[in-house]
Amino acid sequence: MIYFDKVSKIYSGESVALEDVTFQVKPGEFVSIVGHSGAGKTTLLKMLIVEDKPTDGRVFFESLDVHSIPRSRLSHYRRKIGTVFQDFKLLPHKTAYENIAFAMEANGRSDAEIAENVPQALGLVDLGNKLWNFPHELSGGEKQRVAIARAIVNQPDLIIADEPTGNLDPIATYEVVQILKKINDLGTTVIMTTHNKGVIDALGRRVITMDEGKIIRDDQEGKYVL
Amino acid sequence: MSTWTNFKRITRAGFVGFWRNAFVSISSIFVIAIALFTIASTIFSTAALDAALASLQNKVDINVYFVTTAPEADILTFKESLEALPEVIEVSYTSRDQALIDFRERHGDDQLTLQALDELGDNPLEASLSIRAKETSQYEGVEEFIAQKKVTETPEAPFISKTNFYQNKKAIESLTGIINDTRDSNFLKIIALIAVAFMVSFSTIRLAIHNSRDEIAIMRLVGASNLFISSPFVISGLLQGFIAGVMALLVVYPVLIWNESLFYPFPFFDSFDNGRLLFNFFINNFSTVFLKVTGAGLGIGAVSSFVAVRRYLKV
Repeated sequence: MIYFDKVSKIYSGESVALEDVTFQVKPGEFVSIVGHSGAGKTTLLKMLIVEDKPTDGRVFFESLDVHSIPRSRLSHYRRKIGTVFQDFKLLPHKTAYENIAFAMEANGRSDAEIAENVPQALGLVDLGNKLWNFPHELSGGEKQRVAIARAIVNQPDLIIADEPTGNLDPIATYEVVQILKKINDLGTTVIMTTHNKGVIDALGRRVITMDEGKIIRDDQEGKYVL
Repeated sequence: MSTWTNFKRITRAGFVGFWRNAFVSISSIFVIAIALFTIASTIFSTAALDAALASLQNKVDINVYFVTTAPEADILTFKESLEALPEVIEVSYTSRDQALIDFRERHGDDQLTLQALDELGDNPLEASLSIRAKETSQYEGVEEFIAQKKVTETPEAPFISKTNFYQNKKAIESLTGIINDTRDSNFLKIIALIAVAFMVSFSTIRLAIHNSRDEIAIMRLVGASNLFISSPFVISGLLQGFIAGVMALLVVYPVLIWNESLFYPFPFFDSFDNGRLLFNFFINNFSTVFLKVTGAGLGIGAVSSFVAVRRYLKV
């Protein structure tokens, strides 16, 4: 489903963010990418959502070289991917409902679908009673759950979660990971970067370990080893 | 998804964004309103200038005097031929009798002159035609037409006695020059003011949209198209421009009532329309002024928003 082919990213001469990274992700997998800060985890995800371009190598999504997609078609590609970020990236002037509805509107969904699916998605992350709250009225864990609801509402093929528990307390972390697990159990591929040893060890899924822009381990039922 | 649904969503998002970013919206409205007030003031100064120029032009004419023996029928035929000229706007005829009546009225208090006139017995005054051209620059052409008529006269049957064009020529020429120079400089001033107004408004809106750059980046990342992201900002910009236009006109109205001379390009316009020249212009041309000012506001709001948001769509 996803294939990184000898991808390198070099910033301003000597700063190497990724070096000759090659791996693939099969449909339905839950892959965790771990590593110290600056190991290249976030850069890897940026390559996948075409927020950044590789200096060398190619990134494929279902046989499509994602960096050959014209700018005008990029939004169509991004609709196939749900994204969750450490800083939530919710639209501050929209309510929880509107944040999720926006992703559906951008996807061309009808008003009837939006009215039906948004409360369902928020119910799934246990925020059925916070539909009309603005982000600043929600806790960190609640914001992240809204972000997850937004990521899943269009039923994407892939969920990318970049340090989704980085700003959360242990209870919220547990809840978020359980939701991601549930989404994966329903068949959606999940790629998550994290620093959290407890999360990785509890998941017992595939773990890719990075260091200084390179993949140093790739274990099918891995543990957090650094 | 239908275009109508898309339009509804974009419009709603534009209005909601305008409302929820009230502080930013109000700041932009004030800046655009000041810019539009400047544009409105140029419209009024141009109107004042046009009125003054029209009034000055009305005062310029060529008078042709005919010998006392010239038959009235011939003068009236000549009048018709002058009226047929495309550059001539009006020709008025003053007969010898009328000239005498006018003279007597003018000198009603001057018994000595009237007595001298009576002693002459016959009416010594000449019939005349007063000719007004559309433009002051066209008087020379009219004068040439009159000169050609004079060439066809014979010494035995003189027709035209004199014209006052050469007496007025210098005044006409300098007036034409002043009119053209004032028009040119006013046009340049308007262009410069509009450019400054646009730049100031554009910078304000750009700053406001700069604050939304993270929001725009998020919209891109969730798969929204450029059109879907930028259009609500353009709608908000249109709304700001429209409200600013209405605000500028709401300020213009009391200023015109209180002291319209603030808009005069020169101080001597008070003599027109009893100092109500621009107020009357505003009332009589309200729809045109409204369209120009709010149209400029809509243009500034939409173009500034579109250009500003484009910068952040490259994520």
